[in-house]
Amino acid sequence: MNYELKSHLKTLVESHAPSGYESPIQAVVREAWTPFVSDFQQDGLGSLIGIKRATHPPVTPRRIMLAAHVDEIGMIVRDVIDGFILFNGLHGVDNRVMPAQSVRVHGRESLRGIVATKPPHLLTEAEKRKYPDWDHLMIDVGLPAARVAELVRVGDIITVDVPMVELLGRKLAAKAFDNRASVAAVTHALFLLQSMTHTWDVYAAATTQEEVGLRGAATAAHHIAPDIAIALDVTFGTQPGNNGSDTYELGSGATLSMGPNFHPKLFAAIKQSAQALEMTISEEVLTGNSGTDAWAIQVAQVGIPTALIGIPLRNMHSPVETLDLRDIERAGRLLAHFIATLDADFLATLDWQRPTPQEATV
Amino acid sequence: MSYLQALSDAAGISGQEDAIRALILPAIEPHTQEIKLDALGNILALQRGTDGANRPRVMLAAHMDEVGFMVTGYDSSGLLQFKAVGGIDASILPGLRVRVGKQALYGAVMWVPIHKGHSQDVVAIDALRIDIGAANKGEAEGKAPLGTMIVFDSTYGMLGELWHGKALDDRAGCSLLIDLLQSGPYPVDVLAAFTVQEEVGLRGATVAARALQPDVAFVLETTTAHDLPDPVANPAERFMSVNPTARVGDGPVLTVMDSRLIVNPVLLKWIRQTADQHGIPYQIKSRTGGGTDGGMIHMQNAGIPTAVISLPARYLHSPSALLHPQDYGHQLKLLQAMLHSITAQAYEHR
Repeated sequence: MNYELKSHLKTLVESHAPSGYESPIQAVVREAWTPFVSDFQQDGLGSLIGIKRATHPPVTPRRIMLAAHVDEIGMIVRDVIDGFILFNGLHGVDNRVMPAQSVRVHGRESLRGIVATKPPHLLTEAEKRKYPDWDHLMIDVGLPAARVAELVRVGDIITVDVPMVELLGRKLAAKAFDNRASVAAVTHALFLLQSMTHTWDVYAAATTQEEVGLRGAATAAHHIAPDIAIALDVTFGTQPGNNGSDTYELGSGATLSMGPNFHPKLFAAIKQSAQALEMTISEEVLTGNSGTDAWAIQVAQVGIPTALIGIPLRNMHSPVETLDLRDIERAGRLLAHFIATLDADFLATLDWQRPTPQEATV
Repeated sequence: MSYLQALSDAAGISGQEDAIRALILPAIEPHTQEIKLDALGNILALQRGTDGANRPRVMLAAHMDEVGFMVTGYDSSGLLQFKAVGGIDASILPGLRVRVGKQALYGAVMWVPIHKGHSQDVVAIDALRIDIGAANKGEAEGKAPLGTMIVFDSTYGMLGELWHGKALDDRAGCSLLIDLLQSGPYPVDVLAAFTVQEEVGLRGATVAARALQPDVAFVLETTTAHDLPDPVANPAERFMSVNPTARVGDGPVLTVMDSRLIVNPVLLKWIRQTADQHGIPYQIKSRTGGGTDGGMIHMQNAGIPTAVISLPARYLHSPSALLHPQDYGHQLKLLQAMLHSITAQAYEHR
């Protein structure tokens, strides 16, 4: 088994796959999961599902779904004028981080590009005060206009093109840690499960089209029809300008969410697993729509008990998304150990008529 | 690896040009007779001419420094506060990567997620922070003491048909000057000045010109080529709404005047004639703004006839300036032709 978390993560985040165009990253995920799962399925929207069968199956098989979206934010060509490419952001892309960025234009050939900037020598006072909007942003691929016209068409996909880099400590900066960090946590859990026993079948889903509205998770959950589900996504890392109670220090561990999106007894059971591991986690309160795959999965089929594990991330939706590798390891370990604790009777403990373990101890 | 690649990738902001000097010195030593490092750090080199007759002493100047940043403080959490050295537009900074200090540590210019605000007002550099991953202020201070140099994280390479790199302003000029010395000698004495601190006010060139006492000077620079269409203009007016200053691929750029220098018209005419004689394309800078080392050089001593010859480059003072290899070749050829033919008649007012 040739697996190393950091290099796996690097491969994931340096792949180019925005919402709706996830095939390249699903090939990467399939390769990474192949040693750890027995078979794969794919749903109608392209979510890739790797199945790790129970080592000790009970009489009635049980399924846990792990969901991590693989799509990243991206851009799209809207016009080409005189060899320069005009473009728009897909949902959630920040025009303010675009100037001077390296990008890749996925035309008839894959082209490196630079988002054009006006040199300070030529900026007007008004231009110095405002970030350029999407109407003004252009990509330069360094080719003559005729060649660009041959290679690039309206509707071609564009992604940011930057490598993952290592900061001090265990911190890393990259594009697309949202949400490939969670994909890596699932991979890590599958890896750890190789040397553990578990009675539930694990359905690991690399879901598509999260950034445009949690679409792949909805269909994947329908396809799998799990008994319970855990979604994984990034959450806000504490930083200047974003340091409220809904932010978490990098390196402080994974988060576990509570609120109407989540089954309280499932929350309590995962929390208990963390305690058994003597692992620090932060409890995150989400009072409504979590904005994650968990929101879609919860109402799939006839309703699925759902939980959410988060990984703190600074500079979300920028080319320098920054996290602490240890938080991914911890999320993966928590998942694996929780899965190992699931037994034939676990589903019954989620019964709404029974007190939660917390209530029972009060 | 070409000199240009090595020079572009090396880090050297104004006042901290050490790495650039270290690359240039061995490249020019075999081709020059005298090399001096002056009190500011300029490299002043003499390549003796082959013609003993009464030939002019020709100064060629290119600046070694690039725009960048310095560490100015720390947050308790270990984040770096920083300020620009030279002219950098703050609107290009969010989400960029930088390299910090001699160890070239990676740093990320932090940015509050779009989920938490959409203000389109440019955030001043004072309010931005660089994350090098330090756990606290102590670690940050240890790894990046006050004054530590910060440069854009960018690697030289090809972008389509163009050269791409940081600091091509003015390492491309330095590279031209190395190429010129290596392809010399010429009939005239060449006084090569690799200058410091251009970006903070043409400091190095001032003393270099005073010390070298040339008869005539040429500044090898890059200049803005904003030859892009205006995306929001009516299609018929797309190229009328912006003055590009110069165009990439149209040949070396000759300055008539800028805000610091009126080029000696006799000298300018001679350069144009030389280019025409050799079939070398050139263009005239279409803006009169800006300034180069020439702005100080021409004022030194009793006055030095000075011209500025620039490579047209897109996106100056950003991580990714773009140059056309053909322009570089044409500029080299033009300068060689000039050095082979220049006499006092090229600049003397008659």
